[in-house]
Amino acid sequence: MAYLELNNIYKTYGQGDNETEVLSNINLKIEEGEFVAIVGFTGSGKTTLVNLINGLIQPTSGEVLFKGQPVLGTSHERGVIFQNYSLLPWLTVGQNVFMAVKEAFPKKSKSELNALVASYVEMVSLTPAINKRPKELSGGMRQRVAVARALAMKPEMIIMDEPLGALDALTRGNLQDEILNIWGQDKRTALLITNDVDEGIYMADRIIPLRPGPKATLGPEFKIDIDRPRDKTEMNDNENFKQTRNAIIEYLMDIGNERKSEAREAYVLPDLAPKDFVNQFR
Amino acid sequence: MKASLTLGKVSKFMGLGFFITLKDLFTGKLEKEDLKSFLRKVVVPLASIILFIGLWHLGAKSLYNTEAEFKIAKALQDQGQAAADALKVCIASGDSSCQPNTLPSPAQVWESFQSLLRDHNIISADKAAFAEKTAALNEKRIAAGQDPIVYTGRPSFVDQIFRSLQTVFAGFFLAFLIAVPLGIFIGLSPTLKSAFNWFIQIFKPVSPVVWYLLVFMIVKTVLIGSSNDSSFTISFISVGLCSMWATLVNTAMGVSSVDKDYINVAKVLKLGTFQKIFKVVLPSSLPLIFTGLKITLSVAWMVLIAIELLAQSPGLGLFVWEEFQNGANDSNAKIIVAMFVIGIIGFLLDRLMLTIQNWVSFDKQDAI
Repeated sequence: MAYLELNNIYKTYGQGDNETEVLSNINLKIEEGEFVAIVGFTGSGKTTLVNLINGLIQPTSGEVLFKGQPVLGTSHERGVIFQNYSLLPWLTVGQNVFMAVKEAFPKKSKSELNALVASYVEMVSLTPAINKRPKELSGGMRQRVAVARALAMKPEMIIMDEPLGALDALTRGNLQDEILNIWGQDKRTALLITNDVDEGIYMADRIIPLRPGPKATLGPEFKIDIDRPRDKTEMNDNENFKQTRNAIIEYLMDIGNERKSEAREAYVLPDLAPKDFVNQFR
Repeated sequence: MKASLTLGKVSKFMGLGFFITLKDLFTGKLEKEDLKSFLRKVVVPLASIILFIGLWHLGAKSLYNTEAEFKIAKALQDQGQAAADALKVCIASGDSSCQPNTLPSPAQVWESFQSLLRDHNIISADKAAFAEKTAALNEKRIAAGQDPIVYTGRPSFVDQIFRSLQTVFAGFFLAFLIAVPLGIFIGLSPTLKSAFNWFIQIFKPVSPVVWYLLVFMIVKTVLIGSSNDSSFTISFISVGLCSMWATLVNTAMGVSSVDKDYINVAKVLKLGTFQKIFKVVLPSSLPLIFTGLKITLSVAWMVLIAIELLAQSPGLGLFVWEEFQNGANDSNAKIIVAMFVIGIIGFLLDRLMLTIQNWVSFDKQDAI
């Protein structure tokens, strides 16, 4: 039995004539300790998929099984890193993390919790900023707080919804390494949603493209057989990497073209020519 | 250095940033590019104040002349040339018995302001003397279980100000105590929202005068048989009911429109209901709640004058009304003094709320 299983998931929004099917026939299995990436275009239903897995919303039909049990609500076992950080702006970095650990470990004493907060803030190297509010931090720092908050609850599975989407390329690279480091330390199960194929290949064991919605569904999976720890510069010369990358991008491009051709509609343009103003006023 | 830094921070915090520029001017730290902002922040307001006073002076003078000419013409028509000449001399001499009754000039208002302060000093001295005189007797009376003798003389202008402030704060706290919890409940529950919506929509636009009459009807019966003066109770309840709507609506809106991301965080962290309300919903709606409270306080101060006037409750409203009824020679000037005092206190109350808001809220904002 897989660690996380999605069986025949359908998700629709609205009712009657306004009903739109966002996700259609999604089947996914993730084994324990695996790092899976789902890549897709923006607006293809990625966030809906994440919210289904973390339990914020329920599927219209089908079931999400986590360790064999149906997911009916959120749980501390599945830590979420949101796309837009979602830090509470009135709390400091430390307080944001503290709030999470306090809920996850209600039995621990305050000093134990504080030690836990300190260690996770240190892990994302934000100790100097522990008393700052999110507003005073850069985007990368905020995302690291969100990472610390999700990990401090010691979830068994980490779900990341485009965690690095809003960051610049350099910060992105650093944070990818940090997340991989943390994941490598105790081999938790991880699901990464991203729109960056390179990021997916660099980080994940398996990549599954999401065919864009409406009626989004998962495409064929691509295994990444590159040894860890992976090196970005070396990877660029790796034949295996090149092939996988090209295959995925080709696949995504094909879907994109398919979509475009579907949407193509021949417009009859009126036969117009600009007036010759220059000669008219001469 | 440290003290000046604090001054700068404090004044910026209170939305009085121009103090910093003023201080820089005196300490000679003003850079050339600061000169523009100095001109804009200090010189322009000062110039506009002077212009305002100048226009006021000219306007008052012209009104004064019109009124004087009319008076003389009327005396000429009714009583003949001799009376008209006498009146002319009388007006020119500045005798208070025959001054035209019109908009007072800035100088007259300033004079009245000082006379009101002198009056306050006299009354305070009087009060102190009275307290001294009755101190021994009051002790005996209290020991014997009787009520102490209190000063029942005329309140001074400053006393009226403090009474008004008491009323407005009592009313404001009443509004706060009703509107904030109610707003939170309405914001959290769509059922309550639809239950209260008609109520809010209908009662929100009701005029302060009508609120006063309504409160009067109820309080009069509730306090039946009580010998205490109920005017204070009536006026502060009316002020509270009249001004609470802005807070109620803003609180409900703030609570019901919390960012979905924060709600998702609360769900993912599995916060309990109370935790969710106190740690996520309330902090995120604080800016809107405070906007509501700020409006409430300024509305409370605005309607206070009308309500005090109706309720015959001591305070600035009653002061204005009594001066108008009084019709003494300097009454008009005193009314204008009261107008400025009301305006300035209103401004200070607004700044007070802004300071508190900046203190407690994460969403710092500059004064508008």
